[in-house]
Amino acid sequence: MPLPRLIPCLDVAAGRVVKGVRFEGLRDVGDPVELGAAYSEAGADELVFLDVKATLEERQSLVELVGRVAGELAIPFTVGGGVRVVGDAASLLDAGADKVSVNSAALARPELIGELAGRLGSQAVVTAIDAAGGEVYSHAGTRPTGRRASEWAREAEERGAGEILLTSIDADGTREGYDLPLTTAVAGIPRPSRRDDRNRDRARHVADVLEVAQAALLASILHENPERLSSLRSELRELGVPVRDAA
Amino acid sequence: MTKVRICDYGAGNTRSVEVAFRRLGVDVAVTSDAASVLEADLAVLPGVGSAGSAMDELRSNGLDGALRERVHAGQATLGICLGLQLALEESEEDGGVEGLGIVPGRAYRIHAARVPRIGWARVDPGGAAYYFAHSFAADTTAATAHSEGIVAEARHGSFLGVQFHPEKSGPAGARYLERCLSPA
Repeated sequence: MPLPRLIPCLDVAAGRVVKGVRFEGLRDVGDPVELGAAYSEAGADELVFLDVKATLEERQSLVELVGRVAGELAIPFTVGGGVRVVGDAASLLDAGADKVSVNSAALARPELIGELAGRLGSQAVVTAIDAAGGEVYSHAGTRPTGRRASEWAREAEERGAGEILLTSIDADGTREGYDLPLTTAVAGIPRPSRRDDRNRDRARHVADVLEVAQAALLASILHENPERLSSLRSELRELGVPVRDAA
Repeated sequence: MTKVRICDYGAGNTRSVEVAFRRLGVDVAVTSDAASVLEADLAVLPGVGSAGSAMDELRSNGLDGALRERVHAGQATLGICLGLQLALEESEEDGGVEGLGIVPGRAYRIHAARVPRIGWARVDPGGAAYYFAHSFAADTTAATAHSEGIVAEARHGSFLGVQFHPEKSGPAGARYLERCLSPA
């Protein structure tokens, strides 16, 4: 198995990185180009960029911003937000993205995943899933779809998605740890028995989710201090998680 | 200044490769012109996507001949990911595709727990971790390094092929590309 990955996630609205709690109360936390460069430097295993409100309605401005972030990176780069057709994805890859993430458009028309995989290869296709209470929500978490997250993840994989990018709306931005029941359901594996629930620090939260997922997305606990990524990496190694030596 | 030319054949993450070499301070350009590929100090065949359409594109630009000629003449040539697979004699992708035949062997669909195999993995000898993203891999007698039982690097004459993406592998990847520029 490849090594567990730590992936900072830049939620972008109107060209700025934002972060809220449970998808609400978004506040400005920085510039995507500066944060991207800082994370690449600090040893991130990958970077995710999601245009969360498809605020960059004009595709060209999104493509330009993606190109500027990509120019700062020496690590894999996943971009999502408003991808509706293969052409949208291709222009993001041309700008320097390595993978494209789809969400609402794939829920509306699941064939999109197969079309993207056929043209770009499964390794470039990520299906992002936002879920609350085990149910998938579309349109940046605003519309319930009636689908179970675990079932949609399986379908997306069968249709050609190389990876699933899972966000729990319930846990988003709370800094209280990952949604392990949701993650284990989507990963399709039994939930590991948790040890002491109290006094679990941030590194322990990340270690917990890396027992079931191949990667952990990080946002709230990092954006104020991207260099925290280096110390997090050492703490995880002390906990026995075999993260990459990023030097 | 060392001249690096990256083959553009519509199946590449050419931009990432270009950015990575530019950081190393070399004269780098992306081209679909066979003549420029022939005169470069280092030619790079990047690639993501499917083998069948990639080979068609290489042939339509005459890049297939240029790459074979380089290796025949002992000029340094680097294949990345699909670029390594295309250099082999054949690939079982897309129902069977004839490759460039620069390196003995064939590309097969991998049997890992998860396919595509995506993520950072150790490469031995050396033990450094690099980023992989692939569904096919090389079966070749020219292998010089492995990762979890998969061929990570192969050398045949002046051709060097890697299954991982050095251009996406942080400082370790940059050091790898630097070594490609100044072979010992």
